[in-house]
Amino acid sequence: MYAFLLRWLDERLQLDELIAPFKHKTVPWHRLSYWYFFGGITLFLFIIQVLTGILLLLYYRPGANEAFESVQYIMTRVQFGWLIRSIHAWAANLMIFTAFVHMFSVLFLKAYRKPRELTWVTGMILLFLVMGFGFSGYLLPWNTLAFFATKVGTEMAGQVPVVGKAMMIFLRGGPEVTGATLTRFFGFHVAVLPGLVTVLIAMHLFFVQRQGMSVPPKVEAEWIANPSARREMKFFPNFMLRELMAWYVAMGVLGALAAFFPWNLSVKADPFISAPAGIKPEWYFLFMFQTLKLIPSKVWFVDGEVLGILGCSLAGLLWLLLPFFENDKAGRGKAWITGLSIFALVYVVGMSVYGYLAN
Amino acid sequence: MCADHVHDASRRRAIEIFLGGGLLASLASFLYPVLRYFVPPAVTDLGGDEVVAAKLGDLKPNSGKIFRFGSRPGLLILNSDGAYRALSATCTHLGCTVQYRPDLREIWCACHNGIYDLNGRNVSGPPPRPLTVFDVHQRGDEIVVSRKQEA
Repeated sequence: MYAFLLRWLDERLQLDELIAPFKHKTVPWHRLSYWYFFGGITLFLFIIQVLTGILLLLYYRPGANEAFESVQYIMTRVQFGWLIRSIHAWAANLMIFTAFVHMFSVLFLKAYRKPRELTWVTGMILLFLVMGFGFSGYLLPWNTLAFFATKVGTEMAGQVPVVGKAMMIFLRGGPEVTGATLTRFFGFHVAVLPGLVTVLIAMHLFFVQRQGMSVPPKVEAEWIANPSARREMKFFPNFMLRELMAWYVAMGVLGALAAFFPWNLSVKADPFISAPAGIKPEWYFLFMFQTLKLIPSKVWFVDGEVLGILGCSLAGLLWLLLPFFENDKAGRGKAWITGLSIFALVYVVGMSVYGYLAN
Repeated sequence: MCADHVHDASRRRAIEIFLGGGLLASLASFLYPVLRYFVPPAVTDLGGDEVVAAKLGDLKPNSGKIFRFGSRPGLLILNSDGAYRALSATCTHLGCTVQYRPDLREIWCACHNGIYDLNGRNVSGPPPRPLTVFDVHQRGDEIVVSRKQEA
């Protein structure tokens, strides 16, 4: 039956030709190859997000008077609703985590170098979009923490000189965070961002397929010195089965987290109560949050907030363009990027931990 | 050599069964919660068995009005001879809401031209079954509609 179906499709679509490149595709196999898996795991978690997101849409209602109640309904009345929401929330956090791991591993394995600049750029844009997913999705349950996180986050956008105010009003759908903001964020979260991310993932994967996996310079040097050490693995089925195994493990971790530590809902947002003490953004914004907290209110003649936000934006932009700062010539010139990467990793982790522990 | 080969094949088969079974079991454990999730929780009908459909004098003779009976619509009709009638307003064909036609003195469904008489009998068009008839009482100046008691 299966063979018949395959033959029927093959006759019409010449599947063989389509599959051919994958049959010849190989993946370099060395002691650092395991880092290759993190991109795939991030993709897997994105697929989980799409599926559980669609499920949540069956019951979720955007709107200041209904959003919180509908999430409460999902968690308490709908069978397994708590599990679906929990998976969506946990997978979101894991996805941001694996995206960061993927970014840093690409950085340290120097996979962003020519000719893979565009893969890096699309990947960085994806990382920003994924954080946008986190930010917009965080508001949707319309609870107190989400309300204030959105207020602060959009207020920060408002600090940008010249265009900031307009940007804030665009994001909020008015001068304040209200039901109008929720409607917009809902639209961004379920329509705009998924569309953009899907297109960028397609580009990102196309580049990866087209160029093959990068070999870290250190390993490449070893292989040149000792050609018999060179190892490759067939993508299909060898590497793919390993990747699937990694997905399966990710699924297990995700399921366990969601089942044993269900995401809570907290209390409904009320625009006329004070922000609770100890309020903090989600962990993936903590390093920026802490940086902003440490900048004094006036630096020379510039507002501290403005300086911090411009600094963060500039750092993000430079990070996006990182591959273009590394020239082709071999030599010592390249060491600074590795140095910078180590500094960035230590800074992000350090500031996050500091932000977590600080009052 | 040949025996080894058979042995290998049966081991391979056993591994395949365990792997395949494991995957199927995982898949089932993903699908089961999702299928259960699809089923919307039952809505408790707080409408009860009795409702005030109108006030005395709301309706002119030879007219009808839709009222709320629990979560579904009902149709209250005042005949030209001054008698009240109440029926389910959900057409038995495909669920549209029916209306009273003063010109025909019958109940009419606009969706597919189904016609019922004032006793709810489906007399013309596609409706397969009669409309459910409710009891009507007058209590003070209220017209009270209730489900017929099973006798």
